[in-house]
Amino acid sequence: MNMEIAMERMTQQVQSADPVEHHDSDDTKLFGFWLYLMTDCILFASVFATYAVLYMNTDGGVSGKDIFELNFVLVETLSLLFSSITFGFAFICAKRNKRIATLSWLLVTFALGCVFIGMEVYEFHHLIMAGHGPQRSAFLSSFFALVGLHGLHVTAGLIWMAIMMVEILKTGLNNRSITRLNCLSLFWHFLDIVWICVFTLVYLLGVIS
Amino acid sequence: MSQSKLNNIEQVDSIYMEIKSYLIGFVLSIILTAIPFWSVMKAPFDKQITIAVVLVTAIVQIVVHLKYFLHLDFSTKGRLNTFSFLFTALVIVMVVGLSVWIIYAANALMM
Repeated sequence: MNMEIAMERMTQQVQSADPVEHHDSDDTKLFGFWLYLMTDCILFASVFATYAVLYMNTDGGVSGKDIFELNFVLVETLSLLFSSITFGFAFICAKRNKRIATLSWLLVTFALGCVFIGMEVYEFHHLIMAGHGPQRSAFLSSFFALVGLHGLHVTAGLIWMAIMMVEILKTGLNNRSITRLNCLSLFWHFLDIVWICVFTLVYLLGVIS
Repeated sequence: MSQSKLNNIEQVDSIYMEIKSYLIGFVLSIILTAIPFWSVMKAPFDKQITIAVVLVTAIVQIVVHLKYFLHLDFSTKGRLNTFSFLFTALVIVMVVGLSVWIIYAANALMM
């Protein structure tokens, strides 16, 4: 009798252990991804430090004040901010298993991200054509390195997002894709935080001084 | 039956809570973006005050993003993330803050 109860308990534990374990491994994945983001933070911080050291060395060329268009940067900032909230909505829908809504919000986020990258590429192209390329001065080298590094991250995020959309379209929303989407959401919101530092320290303070 | 209905209500409740959280974060971010851009573009203050405004709004906006978009908190589940972030912030202060301090001081001594 006791044996039977013990057996029953054991099977219950085994049965219940499975979803719990899945949950734990998802948490571990998210934490691991979070730790990667923290190391990425340090990478960005060192590039910011480089910019802080070099931004005054314009070698007789242009300084930030001459080339930064704040209206332009404001639109870039807003497109990234809007993409943050639309990604939030996509993730909320994904957790409720609403596939079409998730895909639509992801598409909006993707479009806003493309607007941001398009504007940045336009800005870089414009600067290089005007003779203010990264080889002109230490200031411009560090500017292109810092803003370009952020742009590369956003591009990587966009590629990842496109792959996620294809995956959700093909296999639907399951535990695995939601975990992946959660990692991407951390990545995307993290990039928005880095952009706050960029527009504050590079563009706004650059125009003031 | 009533159990599933209850679950449904809870779910609807939590979805509104989540949307609300994102919307609060979004509205705060818009305000905290508008203030620094306005103060630099229209320049209503002195240079020193403008720099202070820009830096303070940036720090507040980063905290808003961490709370409302990245959901960092001190709950048992999220504590590890928060502490690893705080540790990273400490490393950044040491790496960036102290490097910039040393290099600027060296630069001043060379003048």
